[in-house]
Amino acid sequence: MKINAKNIEYRELNQLIKKSKGDITIDNCIGQRYIASGLSNKKIKINGTPGNALGAYLDGAEITVLGNVQDATGDTMNDGKIIVHGSAGDALGYAMRGGRIYVRGHAGYRTGIHMKEYETKKPVIIVGESAGSFLGEYLAGGILVVLGLSGTGMVVGNFPGTGMHGGKILLRGNRIPQSLPPQISISPIEKGNFGEVETYLREYCEVFSLDYEGITKEPFFILKPNSSNPYHQMYVTN
Amino acid sequence: MNYIYPEYEVVRNYARCIVCRACENQCANCVHRYIESENRMESKDDDCVNCHRCVTICPTRALKIIKSDHTFRYNSNWTGKTINEIFKQAESGGVLLSSMGNPENYPVYFDKILINASQVTNPSIDPLREPMETRVFLGSKVHKIKRDSNGKIDTSTAPQLDLSVPIMFSAMSYGSISYNAHESLAKAAEKLGIYYNTGEGGLHEDFYKYSKNTIVQVASGRFGVHKSYLDTAAAIEIKMGQGAKPGIGGHLPGAKIVGAVSRTRMIPEGSDAISPAPHHDIYSIEDLRQLVFSLKEATDYKKPVIVKIAAVHNVTAIASGVARSGADIIAIDGFRGGTGAAPTKIRDNVGIPIELALASVDKRLRDEGIRDRVSLIVGGSIRSSTDIIKAIALGADCVYIGSAALIAMGCHLCRSCQSGKCNWGIATQIPNLVKRLNPSIAYQRLVNLVTAWNHEMREMLGGMGINSIESLKGNRLMLRGVGLTDKELEILGIFHAGE
Ligand code: SF4
Ligand code: SF4
Repeated sequence: MKINAKNIEYRELNQLIKKSKGDITIDNCIGQRYIASGLSNKKIKINGTPGNALGAYLDGAEITVLGNVQDATGDTMNDGKIIVHGSAGDALGYAMRGGRIYVRGHAGYRTGIHMKEYETKKPVIIVGESAGSFLGEYLAGGILVVLGLSGTGMVVGNFPGTGMHGGKILLRGNRIPQSLPPQISISPIEKGNFGEVETYLREYCEVFSLDYEGITKEPFFILKPNSSNPYHQMYVTN
Repeated sequence: MNYIYPEYEVVRNYARCIVCRACENQCANCVHRYIESENRMESKDDDCVNCHRCVTICPTRALKIIKSDHTFRYNSNWTGKTINEIFKQAESGGVLLSSMGNPENYPVYFDKILINASQVTNPSIDPLREPMETRVFLGSKVHKIKRDSNGKIDTSTAPQLDLSVPIMFSAMSYGSISYNAHESLAKAAEKLGIYYNTGEGGLHEDFYKYSKNTIVQVASGRFGVHKSYLDTAAAIEIKMGQGAKPGIGGHLPGAKIVGAVSRTRMIPEGSDAISPAPHHDIYSIEDLRQLVFSLKEATDYKKPVIVKIAAVHNVTAIASGVARSGADIIAIDGFRGGTGAAPTKIRDNVGIPIELALASVDKRLRDEGIRDRVSLIVGGSIRSSTDIIKAIALGADCVYIGSAALIAMGCHLCRSCQSGKCNWGIATQIPNLVKRLNPSIAYQRLVNLVTAWNHEMREMLGGMGINSIESLKGNRLMLRGVGLTDKELEILGIFHAGE
């Protein structure tokens, strides 16, 4: 089903989406918020620019955006996929706990903060270009990858991994971010040895028609927390 | 060398002690010890938290706990408490961590407010023979009459919570309190026709059956938040702040993330559960509005959204913003509110009393003409039916009780929840301690407490010549202050007794 989002308000648009059966294409999307929040079992293609909180609490639906997305995309997402052919705004995948978000372009500040994993539920965010400051703050689980595909500079902004106590962050390129907190260990990835991340990287490359071999030839660093209890020593019972 | 002399002493009456070793068995802090060679019990006072478990269990009443009269040289500036805190920090380098509400000696305004009764000209009502309405609805009220094209009045309202009494159990997470404690609260809420609140630890799968009486919380860490969690709830509460630790987040140590707690929070066992102070996606009322509406969108506008804030200096401005954010209900938590763990200095020094916060927020919202947009819940700390009557007369729609509910279940306010070794089976995840709290008994005690308070409130309402909670709401003429300054009376919006 096709929905022309021109001149309709977010509430009406979201009702149309919820009511419609089968796959949906939204044309002329122009900043409507909360699209597909909490949705499962649907495939949605969006032409244009969806507003904030696209796919919040997403529960299995698949969203493809031919354009940019704004802030809080995939907030507290549980399952499903969000594929963004353009770039993403701030707080991408906040507290996400499952599913995948693939962004071809850049991502803003606070990407993937508070992500967590549990048993088989493991969220994944892959960003094609760079990510802003505070990447993976308080990361408790899941996988964050920033590829810096066309840039030559630093792929992340300041303070990645502050308060990180689980999960992993993979950065492509040979420059190590400066402002790393002490509870993070950083090490190079041995050639091609991506472990569980390989599947997702391959899928990412397939989605955006990129050359997996070419991309993974470059050096990668992996950031991991030293402890799952970073604040353990901080308190005394009174 | 340990600088600190025990604060409490265990006194055992050896003439009564029958060496049954029950105390030894019951104290998770391992205070009691059996000396075989002498067939005698002994106690190590250092580890006693004064929780009264052994005292209550002892079959011959051979035990009591007394405050030690051991003392430092008298000094009203450097009190023993302050000196001991410095010793602890000098020893460990740690931030002082405490639990339960602020115990310090600040004024309790509820205790300086008196309730009216009517006589002669406006006779009191006898609640035993006249109907007395304690039912309340929480949610945004209709503020404008709307008509459809045929001129018919639109009677639809925003979603409401329907309570038999204006009391709810406040947010306490599974993890900070035990499975049995949660079950007791859920069952009691169902029986009483009120609500309990999951806190930020997710909802255990066994408790989905109480969904009609469940408020689920969404906090900065978003633990256990997913579609069915939101769908199952009667209302959703966004936690922006907590009275015991305004400006500070939550931190459940990895040691407490075990078994079902880990599953319910959806994080691995042993990993810390960190809810940072701010929501890192909320920096403005507009951002808050976005979270409110993303939750409403995800749940089809069927559930009221509560925003919980701590009572801090500028609480009125914050509440005014929250009322405009699309929230249906604002919960304000006073600086005496309880907690499973908070930095001592913050718990004891940050925030303001709920009575003042409530009075000013209610006034501000009325002045701005937006009081009807939201209901107000207050907590931290409500200790009795009279506190509730006074809170409602100051402008609240409903109260949250946390500590009082725990005390009803058996908590002895030893304030050592942070240790995870609650001898009463409440603030613990240790299976043989959790077992001590029997949900079918604890639930009945909660039901008893709320029922008793309800009776008392009806009596007081009747005494005032009022027959419904609604008519008491914001009815400040029913209150008088004693021993309060002009400024305090002005903020509370009440007259002094005798006026
Ligand atoms: S901690 Fe509690 S059970 Fe243990 S000795 Fe003290 S009062 Fe008794
Ligand atoms: S819940 Fe338990 S540990 Fe906490 S104050 Fe009450 S009795 Fe003590």
